[in-house]
Amino acid sequence: MPSPRNNDATPSVFKHLDWTTVFIYLAMVIAGVISIYAASYDFDEASMFSFDEFSGKQIRWIGLGLVLGLVVLLSDARMYETYAYPVYVLCLVVLLVTPFLAHDIKGSRSWLSIGPMSLQPAEFAKVATALALAKLFSGYNFLLNAKLTNYVRALLIILVPVVLILLQNETGSALAYMSLFLVLYREGMSGLILFAAVLAVVIFVVAVKFSAAAFMGVPAGEFCILVLVMLIIVGMVFVYDRRLELPRNLLIWFGGTLLIEWILWGLCGIQLPGMALLLGTIGVACVYIAVEAVKRHRPKLFIAVCTAVLAVGFMFSVNLAFNKLQPHQQKRILVVLGIVEDLRDAGYNVNQSKIAIGSGGLTGKGFLNGTQTKLKYVPEQHTDFIYCTIGEEEGFMGSMAVIILYLALVLKVIAIAERQPRPFGRVYAYCVASYFIFHFCINIGMVIGLCPVIGIPLPFFSYGGSSLWGFTLLLFILLRIDAARKQYN
Amino acid sequence: MRKDYNLEKRKYIIGGFLIVIALIYSIRLFDLQLNDERYKKSADSNAFLKKTVYPSRGLMYDRDGELVVYNQPAYDVMLIPRDVKPFDTLDFCRTLHITPDRLRKRFEDMRNSPGYSSYTPQRLIAQLSSQDYGRLQEKLYRFPGFFIQKRILRQYKHAAAANVLGNLREVSSTDIDNDPYYSPGDYTGDLGVENSYEPYLRGIKGMEILIRDAHGRIQGRYEGGARDIEPVSGRDLTLSLDIELQEYAEKLMQGKRGAVVAIEPATGEILCLVSSPTYDPRLLVGRNRGENYTMLTRDESLPLFDRALGGAYPPGSTFKPTQGLILLQEGIITTSTPYPCYHGYINGGLRVGCHGHASPLPLKPALQTSCNAYFCWGFKNMIDRRSKYGSSANAFEVWKKHLVSMGYGYKLGVDLPHESRGFLPNAKFYNKFYGEGHWSANTIISVSIGQGEILSTPLQIANLSATIANRGHFITPHIVKAIQDTVLPEEYRRVRRPTIDQKWYPEVAEGMHMAVLGGTCRRAAIPGIEVAGKTGTAQNPHGKDHSAFMGFAPYENPRIAVAVYVENGGWGANYGVPIGSLVMEKYLCDSISPGRKPMEEQMLNSTISYAKPKKQ
Repeated sequence: MPSPRNNDATPSVFKHLDWTTVFIYLAMVIAGVISIYAASYDFDEASMFSFDEFSGKQIRWIGLGLVLGLVVLLSDARMYETYAYPVYVLCLVVLLVTPFLAHDIKGSRSWLSIGPMSLQPAEFAKVATALALAKLFSGYNFLLNAKLTNYVRALLIILVPVVLILLQNETGSALAYMSLFLVLYREGMSGLILFAAVLAVVIFVVAVKFSAAAFMGVPAGEFCILVLVMLIIVGMVFVYDRRLELPRNLLIWFGGTLLIEWILWGLCGIQLPGMALLLGTIGVACVYIAVEAVKRHRPKLFIAVCTAVLAVGFMFSVNLAFNKLQPHQQKRILVVLGIVEDLRDAGYNVNQSKIAIGSGGLTGKGFLNGTQTKLKYVPEQHTDFIYCTIGEEEGFMGSMAVIILYLALVLKVIAIAERQPRPFGRVYAYCVASYFIFHFCINIGMVIGLCPVIGIPLPFFSYGGSSLWGFTLLLFILLRIDAARKQYN
Repeated sequence: MRKDYNLEKRKYIIGGFLIVIALIYSIRLFDLQLNDERYKKSADSNAFLKKTVYPSRGLMYDRDGELVVYNQPAYDVMLIPRDVKPFDTLDFCRTLHITPDRLRKRFEDMRNSPGYSSYTPQRLIAQLSSQDYGRLQEKLYRFPGFFIQKRILRQYKHAAAANVLGNLREVSSTDIDNDPYYSPGDYTGDLGVENSYEPYLRGIKGMEILIRDAHGRIQGRYEGGARDIEPVSGRDLTLSLDIELQEYAEKLMQGKRGAVVAIEPATGEILCLVSSPTYDPRLLVGRNRGENYTMLTRDESLPLFDRALGGAYPPGSTFKPTQGLILLQEGIITTSTPYPCYHGYINGGLRVGCHGHASPLPLKPALQTSCNAYFCWGFKNMIDRRSKYGSSANAFEVWKKHLVSMGYGYKLGVDLPHESRGFLPNAKFYNKFYGEGHWSANTIISVSIGQGEILSTPLQIANLSATIANRGHFITPHIVKAIQDTVLPEEYRRVRRPTIDQKWYPEVAEGMHMAVLGGTCRRAAIPGIEVAGKTGTAQNPHGKDHSAFMGFAPYENPRIAVAVYVENGGWGANYGVPIGSLVMEKYLCDSISPGRKPMEEQMLNSTISYAKPKKQ
């Protein structure tokens, strides 16, 4: 396969380089340095470029990161595919020994000291895992759905580093690997699994959040879930049957019974055994669908029945499971869902970061004028909570700009993925996109109080060499592979 | 290479998922940043510690420029509840010499006080002694969230004039609702000048804006103090009060209940305003204020009640000069019209007693001897003169109008709180009581000699005295002579003229002069000074007659007009006359002449015993 043009690949890499992505990257790291300077600015006006400041140190990381990126761009694109497994194994070994060599920093043993630098191998393992997964999929005629062992191999590649990182007490980084399920989905894993995961989260949140109020004699949360289950049954029957008759009948059945119950309860004030009636309604519908499925030989309709049964079962087990959690874990969940107002303990960080962002207004308080961040009300403000500084000092405009930058970056990466001629490039690119999606969703979601506090950085913005280098490496390897896509067809 | 287009479509699901999340986050940002002002306020209350800087309260001087009321610093222990971290309670209690129980109680009280908020400074303990302050200041770093606020308390040079000067109390929730100037824990004037001149005295509060970090440490001043607000000191007041005279009059009134009011006739300035019994104004300063205040309110002799302004008494014979003026003005009598007195007024089966003197008498001797019959006849001739007024009711309204113009029946408008208007009935009052047309002069004859329904305050009586001293005009009595950097309100500079022609006043004044020279007020005579006066002996439902006196001196160019009212003191000459004349002599001569020393001694040492009112 090697072509003669291989030897003069060096000049052509810049010709085929995706410069848009490079510019988005540069915009992000520069905005990041400025934010870090603002976040750690401490009234005595030190220079942004001073190496005593976080911003100065970050500039040094960025400088070295750019060198790293350049090295990657000048390297041989095929090298990454060739050495994917050895690199992966090497990373696993490093991850394995890290807890024994690392010092304990805030309960986590994940930092390795190399000379003057401290690095987190977990960040680099992301790259290796992405490469290994891509390598797996680039095997000859590899199809995820072809046999079960393919799933096992893919899951092994993802889960081994997860286990090793969990051993270092870095739950946040470990969770980031879960985002690789998006890649599996793209490569053929059933959407039902993702759908089930999303549904489980929705049921959990609704059941816990609205357990207090009652409607038709049923807790409002459970009422909502049961109605949602009805709608899902109708939707799935429609998708799997492609005939209007069945979903129409189901709609009439659900709508009719709900209406009658509501009239009896709401207008006539009759106390009903609400839960039993709702479950009965769904049960009758399930029997009806099952009969139809057998009669008309449509086994797929059983998926709808199973989904309904599992969702209802899950709903009942949520309260059970919730009560099994540790009190501090329960509290964290309740705080995130906005049920418990806790400004001292678990909710302090989130509340202060909400205050910081909320006080920014439309245009913000201006560069270096944020009181929340200057006065250290927001913890970890130059690392995990860097988005607060942007929200406070640059306001809604600045916050939206960051969101748009991320949207652009990820959509760009997806576009790059889809134009790859080979599964290796595509799978690797989707791994990159998945990591970014996860970090973006969790980090910003946590800062604005929509997700639980999981300590992971905002790529390219948060202070820290490991994360910056890790993501730089991730992105530039993608750019290198992409630039060479036409050469190795 | 193969391409699975079914799977490629999944890029839309993945991209769409991200876009939905981004959309949700945008809405959340919109909500946080543009829709909710709360976060801005929270950020400000986080970062800015607004510390009130209290201005110095205006001082008070007496008419001779002697300092009467001044400021002393006090130190309050303040805290911001949400900044308080667990602290060594025992250490705190030891430092301030209080028991843990008391501290717990203070915390409870603080939480229950109006306007409590865990975000704003709250007062835990008021008015530390300077030793406690010093000790706490040293240890303050051990108690995060606590700080010391310097406050201003009052102090008084003399143990006198409590009713005039007033005192400071903590603002109530009503005060805070009514005036946005106040915050919980502020002080405001209570009673006296402190109350009525509060807007002048209090000044304008300042504010220091400090920057505070997440650990509650002060990082400096916001914008270098550029946005701080300097406090503006309150204005100093010069009172018209002669503090020495006030002290002297209070001593004379010791052991007696009643009031002494002295006015400078030419200006309407109040020289002394005594309400007896009184109290030491220093009782209402400092940490024991609450206790002492309760004690004073429980005292059945009502020391907090200002009898000089708020006491409404029957004026008795001190009312007679007003009658003479009205009768002259209405042409009912001339200066020479005589009325008979047969040991009293006897008419239509009615008898108002009088004492022995020559008969018949014209006005001046009638004033001199305080003849009841004379004024009854005059009143009857006026009220029942249908030819002139049409009805008794009309005549009575004319009579009343003259009295109102002299300052009776309504508040005079003194610059002190809690003034009473006294009581002056009108025709409607009697119509209601007796039925229209069913009453005449004889029905209500006692009002002509200041008895019956008529009530007046000692201030109104003193003002009448001042009006006669001025021969026909007065200036609304007032206690503040000058306000720093501003002029006195116009109402205390304007001359008010009763509806009586000025030519009649010398007649009445001469009658009063004669009363001192050879009438009921002989004890009022001061060696070397011509005095005019009128006694009063007021019957009342509370026991022995009230002893009253009003007068002025010198007779020509008067410099002082007084009214004295001693509850249950008997004849006017018993207490009213001597106290009134001693006050005038003290003011005019600075000392009491040796010949009058025994009288002074007698007044200083005499007490009247007031039996507790029987419980029913």
